Amino acid sequence: MVPRRAYVLRLIRLRTAVYFYGTCLVDLFYPQAGMAGIELLRREGLEVVFPQGQTCCGQPAFNCGYPEEARAVVRAQLALFREPWPVVVPSGSCAAMMRRHYPELFAGEPELPAVEALAARVHELTEFLVGVLGVKLVDRGAPVRVTWHSSCHALRELGIREEPKTLLGQLANVELVPLARERECCGFGGTFAVRFPEISAAMVADKAADVEKAAAAGASELLAADCGCLLNIGGKLGKLGSAVRPRHIAEFLWERTAGGADR
Amino acid sequence: MTTSAIDFHANSAAALADPQIRANFRRAMDGLMAKRAALFADPAEWRALRALGTAVRARTLASLPELLERLEQRCRANGIAVHWAETTAEANAAVLSILRGHGATRVVKGKSMVSEEMHLNDFLESHGIESLESDLGEYIVQLDHEMPSHIIMPAIHKNGRQIARLFGEKIRGAKQTEDVDELTGIARGVLRRKFEEADAGVSGVNCAVAETGTLVLIENEGNGRMSTHVPPLHIALMGIEKVVERLEDVPPILALLCRSATGQTITTYTNLISGPRGRGERDGPREVHLVILDNGRSRIYLDPELRATLRCIRCGACMNHCPVYTRIGGHAYQTVYPGPIGKILTPQVEGVKARHELMHASSLCGACVEVCPVEIPITELLIRLRHEASHRDPGSTVLEAGQARNAWEDRTWALWRRCHASARAYRLLSRLLTRLGRLPVPRLGPLRAWTAARTAPRPASRSLHELARDRGVPDA
Repeated sequence: MVPRRAYVLRLIRLRTAVYFYGTCLVDLFYPQAGMAGIELLRREGLEVVFPQGQTCCGQPAFNCGYPEEARAVVRAQLALFREPWPVVVPSGSCAAMMRRHYPELFAGEPELPAVEALAARVHELTEFLVGVLGVKLVDRGAPVRVTWHSSCHALRELGIREEPKTLLGQLANVELVPLARERECCGFGGTFAVRFPEISAAMVADKAADVEKAAAAGASELLAADCGCLLNIGGKLGKLGSAVRPRHIAEFLWERTAGGADR
Repeated sequence: MTTSAIDFHANSAAALADPQIRANFRRAMDGLMAKRAALFADPAEWRALRALGTAVRARTLASLPELLERLEQRCRANGIAVHWAETTAEANAAVLSILRGHGATRVVKGKSMVSEEMHLNDFLESHGIESLESDLGEYIVQLDHEMPSHIIMPAIHKNGRQIARLFGEKIRGAKQTEDVDELTGIARGVLRRKFEEADAGVSGVNCAVAETGTLVLIENEGNGRMSTHVPPLHIALMGIEKVVERLEDVPPILALLCRSATGQTITTYTNLISGPRGRGERDGPREVHLVILDNGRSRIYLDPELRATLRCIRCGACMNHCPVYTRIGGHAYQTVYPGPIGKILTPQVEGVKARHELMHASSLCGACVEVCPVEIPITELLIRLRHEASHRDPGSTVLEAGQARNAWEDRTWALWRRCHASARAYRLLSRLLTRLGRLPVPRLGPLRAWTAARTAPRPASRSLHELARDRGVPDA
């Protein structure tokens, strides 16, 4: 799935530029995570292009059974990503929408070839950092313990398992405390959280309890690579008055390796 | 909103409020997941077996009508009488007519999900025929006048103490005990007598082999063999999708089924039933009947994408791994098939309007898809059915397509589209949220649902669009 050497060489020829697709949740709730992602890519010598016309990947409407509305939103953004550069997305869920579901969303539509070409260039951020760029991070932060929540769509739709842990493993002063049931859904699921608030609340309560167990083992931060999960688990931790800080992995990585908080 | 929709919300809220249900399911599902994972420890072996099983099921469905005809011919040649039923009412009538033809009044049943679809026990009782479940789990839920809460482990919602109390109340002379072996012994004592007295046995079918006219039935307790061999009359029930082409197709299906369902490499009993007692044979039923039920399946079959629903081999792995099922248990769904498979199957059989809420009661986490032994794309089918419920596409074969259309939801997505299909509109929305988002807002609707368990989401004061522009990140 992750392109290898030949692709990397082609990248260099293409004046080493990448598109950054911020996603609507990062844009509005975690912009510092988006900036950190951009900075991580820039530090590797890439030119990062952030088309200002971008909005949302279309997943909310698509998942709820409103593909026409999703198509309209995707169509309006297609021209923004015309160059054959990779599109890097700091969210497994949105990256899965673009890579896996855009082609089926546009089946039988005139834009299908353009959409397929775009989908093939979409990468989730940690997957791009590890699989394409092969980054080597140098930790400049104080010793800290963190725990990690695997987001469902990154895990099951994109097959991203080890990449985030590879990145955290490169940080000498960071110790990863395992999260019990790390791969169990946190209960966000977009509109699911508000259509079935009781079930979603039960799921996130269990997730927060597992995070608190990791906290008891010393974890001071909960890291994830998807802002839906962070909004959900973070909101629950906040309600509980937890001391654990929920953060996007990009923000954490940039802060640890750039020698200070960047916001 | 339909009655069932309201029920599902109320049921799940009630289940969530019951610590016993939550504890019983969590413990049971954790155990089942661990047992399954241990048997699929080698990813390459899992992938290969799964691909084989999926191919068998897909190939079967591709020629389903022909295979069903061949199955009927082969069964008849073997002396098995075949009855076709388009609806559960027809299936019940067929069973009743066979039983009446023999003057049968006492029936023992092996485990069968098709009989649950038919609500066969209630039907027979209403016609004066005793119908006793002989699978231990089914026996327990029948004693307590409940529905199964899981397709493989019908009484999984109860723990040992609850079962002990039930047996103490309902079985005359039962010893007070919580010991599992002793409880099983009590049930066995009751059931042995019933097997001997029964006029007829009813069973399900795990798969039926078209080439040989063989009915395959797997089980762990021996009740399946007893129900199908001890009484003089055996009636087997199957859905039309349970046919396979050849005997060689059976091993991969059973290997996947046992491992996925209970974490076993093989069940204690594997029954291959090829007809009634032959001349000179000393045991086995005098007559065997096969009732083949459609109940909405041929409608599902019409749609090439939704047809994947019919690949299901009823292992229950999807519910064992479902974070929603684990929280609310099987009864909350009020469906014969709970959990992920129920969420795609039930709306197609009973109508997407009637069962509209079920399709949305999923976070689309995909845990079910990951473990499905026949690769049913459950989340994709959920999304498809959500669409079918609210839209009436030309040529749609889905029952009640478009009938759950909701003007409020249409307007919500139309507004969402306006805000996101135009860069200018999105900029305006983003300005509004980032500038005013931290002001206190009344907690109504979705926000209220969200904040019941969480702090309110706080938009950033500047969006990524603005940060990127300020830091000189190029736009093109």
